[in-house]
Amino acid sequence: MPRWVSRIAIVAAIVLVGAAPAVAQTSLLNVSYDVARDFYKDYNPLFQKYWKAKTGETVELKQSHAGSSKQVRAVADGLEADVVTMNQASDVDFLAEKGLVAKDYAKRFPNNASPYTSTMVFIVRKGNPKALQDWSDLVKPGVQVILPHPKNTGNGRYSYLAAWGYALKQPGGSNKSAQEFVGKLLKNAPLFAAGGRDATTTFMQRGIGDVLVSFESEAELIAKEFGKGSFDVVYPSLSILTEFPVAIVDKVVDKKGTRKLAQEYLDYLWSKDGQENAAQNYLRPRDPEVLKKHAAEFPAIKTFTVDEVFGGWAKAFPAHFKDGGTFDQVYQSK
Amino acid sequence: MKNKHVLPGFGLALGITLVYLSLLVLLPLSGLAFKASSLSAGELWNVATSERALASYRVTFGASLLAAGINAVFGLIVAWVLVRYPFPGKRLVDSLVDLPFALPTAVAGITLATLYAGNGWLGRFLEPLGLKVAFTPLGIVVALTFIGLPFVVRTLQPVIEDIEPEIEEAAASLGASRLQTFLRVLLPGVFPALLTGFTLAFSRAIGEYGSVIFIAGNMPLISEITPLLIISKLEQYDVIGATALALVMLVISFVMLLAVNALQWWSANRHHGREKVSL
Repeated sequence: MPRWVSRIAIVAAIVLVGAAPAVAQTSLLNVSYDVARDFYKDYNPLFQKYWKAKTGETVELKQSHAGSSKQVRAVADGLEADVVTMNQASDVDFLAEKGLVAKDYAKRFPNNASPYTSTMVFIVRKGNPKALQDWSDLVKPGVQVILPHPKNTGNGRYSYLAAWGYALKQPGGSNKSAQEFVGKLLKNAPLFAAGGRDATTTFMQRGIGDVLVSFESEAELIAKEFGKGSFDVVYPSLSILTEFPVAIVDKVVDKKGTRKLAQEYLDYLWSKDGQENAAQNYLRPRDPEVLKKHAAEFPAIKTFTVDEVFGGWAKAFPAHFKDGGTFDQVYQSK
Repeated sequence: MKNKHVLPGFGLALGITLVYLSLLVLLPLSGLAFKASSLSAGELWNVATSERALASYRVTFGASLLAAGINAVFGLIVAWVLVRYPFPGKRLVDSLVDLPFALPTAVAGITLATLYAGNGWLGRFLEPLGLKVAFTPLGIVVALTFIGLPFVVRTLQPVIEDIEPEIEEAAASLGASRLQTFLRVLLPGVFPALLTGFTLAFSRAIGEYGSVIFIAGNMPLISEITPLLIISKLEQYDVIGATALALVMLVISFVMLLAVNALQWWSANRHHGREKVSL
């Protein structure tokens, strides 16, 4: 069934793309994850200006945003994306496996092919009434933790791995103690939200839970939406560095002859303008100078990467989030 | 046996019907079965009978059945009132019934979750009574009841319109009590349509995803619906596993629909039989 659904989506997408005015104009399709909408809405005009100044050409940039794994499935099924910009390496890995993206895509751009990063932080009620300072406070009895579904959503998975990594790095920490720790944390979750924004709504609007685990970038968006004084942000002693890998879809750019454009489009993410745009969208820039300039918005925090602690997504995903993985084990009665 | 039909074009119409149904229903479904067939029977069984899957069937089919049942009772009342009684604003109320059809289901889910959450308009009165709705299986029933309502009402309305008020008057004048009139005169007439409406609401509820995930809470073994498990498998790029679960849902749904159809056929037959006797 889903295959058919995605087929239909592809046909629709192709029709849409095909229906675009057939002016001799280069165009590029960027298939991206859901919440990157704002980032690329700002980034695309920057790149268009840059490209026009450099080559005199007007480039048409098309965006497609949805849940990241849905997006890569569509690309694998034939959606002609020139580039993919995702929020988790496992999604790009899937395309690499299918031969659409180079296996060493992470090395084709600097910084693990992730032009910006974020991290998982705690959003707590104003004044932090339960005095939640670190992951260890989240497993205490009576604390309600809100997070998106750890198995089905990207930021749920990052939250899960962040807690796991924290427990692992405590004195005497082992995989066993980490699993116990995460199990306790999950027991404190009254629900699993359908996605990141749903978790935010549940916490902020419906007033459920004592703490929301979310991306640092989301905290700023909440401030914009609900007012800065309506909550506090707590940085745990240790958290996960979330990376947002980008890649060229080799198969498509070779067919369409857009490799050069695609390369520049992604390269430009690392330019001063691109990095500044990341900071404007509350994402931590890789460029040390730009980061320094925004140091007030991005407090220093100790982080670990998925590669360091889990040996990469290719290992972390099956161990924790596939059926029968550590997440499922928490819910097995036998 | 006459082979001639009153209306011309029977062959063409039948041809179109078969092609249309094949393209729209059979082809995708056989694709589904084909995909699932790449699993061995043992693997299929393991996927289909895992603890989480079994719990999700209970939640999905249980909540759907309950929601369709609630809709059958209250939908009948709504349809009855809308057909029989003139009142100001009736047109408006009538078009309200269609709203669950038109509203994107995710919007419905988010709205209902906000309404029934502990600080929501309804939740703040219900939770002190110990009745938690949002983020419990009860929330799933609420969402499914919402989306199923129009199916029952819209199926019943034309049938109720066909019942002459004189029948009720005749029953009353022959000494039937109100309950007797309802149970023995009116209900048999609308029962087949009620069953159809129930079936439609039920089938719709089984496949529902968008509205449910926002109000369910999605806790494994407690409030996870089967479509969520299917999505979860797709998130793992496990298309085959997802297909296996889909196939199980399809088979259960098909068997249940078949049973309801048989019931309908039986009730229609019985009804007609009685009419003949009474003649």
